[in-house]
Amino acid sequence: MVLFWVSVLALAVLLYVLLDGFDLGVGILFGLARKEASRRAMMRAVAPVWDGNETWLVVSGVVLWGAFPLAYSILFAALYIPVLFMLTGLVLRGVAFEFRERATEPFRWLWSVAFFGGSLLAAFMQGVMVGALVEGLAVGDDHYVGGAMSWLTPFAVLSGLGLCLGYALLGAGWLLVKSDGELRGTARRWIPRLAVALLAVLIAVFVYALAKDLRILQSWLTRPYLFVFPAAAVGAAAILASRARQERYQDRTPFEMMTILFAMAFSTFLISFWPYMIPFSVTIDEAAGPHSSLAFMFWGEGLFILPLMLAYTLIAYRVFRGKLRPVDIEY
Amino acid sequence: METVATLLSRLQFAFTISFHIIFPSLSIGLAAWLSVLEALRLATGRQVYRSLFKFWLKIFGVVFGLGVVSGIVMAFQFGTNWSELSRISGPIQGPLLSYETFTAFYLEASFFGIVLFGRSRVPPWLYMLSTVMLALGTTLSAFWIMANNSWMQVPVGYVMKNGVATPTDWSKILFNSVLWVRFPHMLLASFLTGTFCVAATGAWYVLRRRFEEEAHVMLRMGLYFAAVLMPLQLFFGHLNGDYVHDRQPVKFAAIEGRWHDEQPASEVLLAIPEGATERNRYSLSVPVLGSVIGSMSFNSKEVGLLDFPRADRPPVAIPFFAFRIMVGCGLVMLAIAWAGTWLGRRGRLEQSRALMWLTFFSFPLPFIAILTGWFTAEVGRQPWAIYGLLRTAQAATPALSEHSVATSLAVSVVTYSFIFVFGSIYIHRLLRAGPTREIAAPNPNATARRPMSVVDERAAGEDANASAPMSSATSTIFER
Repeated sequence: MVLFWVSVLALAVLLYVLLDGFDLGVGILFGLARKEASRRAMMRAVAPVWDGNETWLVVSGVVLWGAFPLAYSILFAALYIPVLFMLTGLVLRGVAFEFRERATEPFRWLWSVAFFGGSLLAAFMQGVMVGALVEGLAVGDDHYVGGAMSWLTPFAVLSGLGLCLGYALLGAGWLLVKSDGELRGTARRWIPRLAVALLAVLIAVFVYALAKDLRILQSWLTRPYLFVFPAAAVGAAAILASRARQERYQDRTPFEMMTILFAMAFSTFLISFWPYMIPFSVTIDEAAGPHSSLAFMFWGEGLFILPLMLAYTLIAYRVFRGKLRPVDIEY
Repeated sequence: METVATLLSRLQFAFTISFHIIFPSLSIGLAAWLSVLEALRLATGRQVYRSLFKFWLKIFGVVFGLGVVSGIVMAFQFGTNWSELSRISGPIQGPLLSYETFTAFYLEASFFGIVLFGRSRVPPWLYMLSTVMLALGTTLSAFWIMANNSWMQVPVGYVMKNGVATPTDWSKILFNSVLWVRFPHMLLASFLTGTFCVAATGAWYVLRRRFEEEAHVMLRMGLYFAAVLMPLQLFFGHLNGDYVHDRQPVKFAAIEGRWHDEQPASEVLLAIPEGATERNRYSLSVPVLGSVIGSMSFNSKEVGLLDFPRADRPPVAIPFFAFRIMVGCGLVMLAIAWAGTWLGRRGRLEQSRALMWLTFFSFPLPFIAILTGWFTAEVGRQPWAIYGLLRTAQAATPALSEHSVATSLAVSVVTYSFIFVFGSIYIHRLLRAGPTREIAAPNPNATARRPMSVVDERAAGEDANASAPMSSATSTIFER
């Protein structure tokens, strides 16, 4: 039962990172686009799906609370400020989808700023949280015992930056899949630059981790099989790099490769943390709620509704496949 | 002793949840109203039901969207500000709220798309079914929230194991009698919110002499439904009072403003209860009525606040006044609904300008009643977060700094006010534009996942869409 729910949680978080990742990324790139037509097309490219993507965040949150209440209570107490700003960012960019369309000219910039700024803020704070988690939270006696701003470390900021770039890269990949013409060209130009910047940040993160001798490195040394995942990620990156130089290539490739990269990075974290839910202080078994809670969730939502939700997500993406058509963009 | 951080957390929770509840209570009511309209259209084929359906669907879209956005915050706030509550009662509250996400969100997401864009692409019975399923989704959401809150009011079906509430009997939690009087109370409140918003809109159009046929239907349906639902609501309100009387005597005493044990007890109609001096000022009360209301008898003994240690009493003034405001709103609504029905049956409804103005100005009443009803329930439960089990002061996140909470409170107030202002402007614009008879196509860029986009007015004809090749019909449901 615990294994089932930890798998569901992992799946929900991964789906969230991949799906909302690309639409937050498009929001970040929105700030780089200058032309109104491009901006509009960018919003259109994610408009049909962003809300559904964010549902996976709520699913992750409630599954964490229901199945692993101890982890829920420690995590969000520790990450109070990042969670606050992440949610604010998500609210602002969420309403921007609706209000920007109908704002009259003197106010439109307001919603452009809300969309770009909200996306950036949410992505950055998510990265910061991952960084803070990797560095380790101060936990004692089932409580968070660190300070309100303990999460704010150079490592966490680097992680935040890295996730913004990663999401932007996913977003650029998505735009390539969805767009034609000028926007497609812009997205193509963005991809190598973003990839180089991301690589630089990742190297910095790694050096920092080595210098600080973070505990996560130890689990890598004791679990050499872990390197399968980074190796696969490097393979994906290599394909990405080799294709970038070709004049003609499949528009789907960068997005697919980025998806593999993210999935591999996620799996690496998962396995390096195992069996901990909050790295290196609370294990999955310690965090798990009583069997009666997990079973209650399993026999209804786990067994019946979760498969329906996954199927619905698949169908929704299937019917939205392909490039944006002019009718989708023009108002 | 309560810390400043806990006080700020309480303020923040009160603010964000109060803001949030406005939208779901209206969207639950409107979803049910849309189902009724669609059923009537199927039964009668009258055009007016169609135009009303389309009009209210747009408003539903905005309201629903604001509810979703403000609801995401709630999913995290328990962990950030109330981590001890999350840890101790998480094994019960967590699964209940996860069921809300899984069942209600799933239904809403699946069927909202069809309701928005599938009119010409699915058979009428399926469209009708989708509308009903959408309403069911919003209702289920309310059910799980009430299940969660009712457990906080009267915790059952658990044992404490290692300091954590461990569920032992889910059927007790889900078939708790308290839940089954509170859930209908909330549901009826939502329906009444819908009926009064609809009736007020009708009255507004009558006063401005616009959209006469639609206004005629809205006024009558709104007021007639309210005339039936309102007495029912008072009955369920009474049942709620019974559970409070039996299970939460100190809350009951606070609502009644009763300090000393009395036999037979009088009923304080109005007063200014003073916590400091432990007495009421300017009290207006009716002898014996307190026993009748509390126990349905003429000589029962009713307990007073002084039976309980000061540390176990809620702040008296808030539940006392909030309850009276709620009941007052309910009675005014009942009067308007019955007067409207009486005039309506005589065919003189629109001629009564006074009643039209009253109905128009009545739209805030259900919202005020819902908010004050929740204030009564939640503040009256204090000093407990989970009644008798966990005190609010112990439920808060330990060592949460005042600065953090002050920051988050300020940020939420600013953000919410901002989106509330723009949301209100937008709803007002829609109401002013009114229902349209010419058949307008839905905005091709709006989607199921972007509920608010439905409000975009489009000039293109729906007939043009209807002639689209049927092979692409299923995909266009989602694509458009």
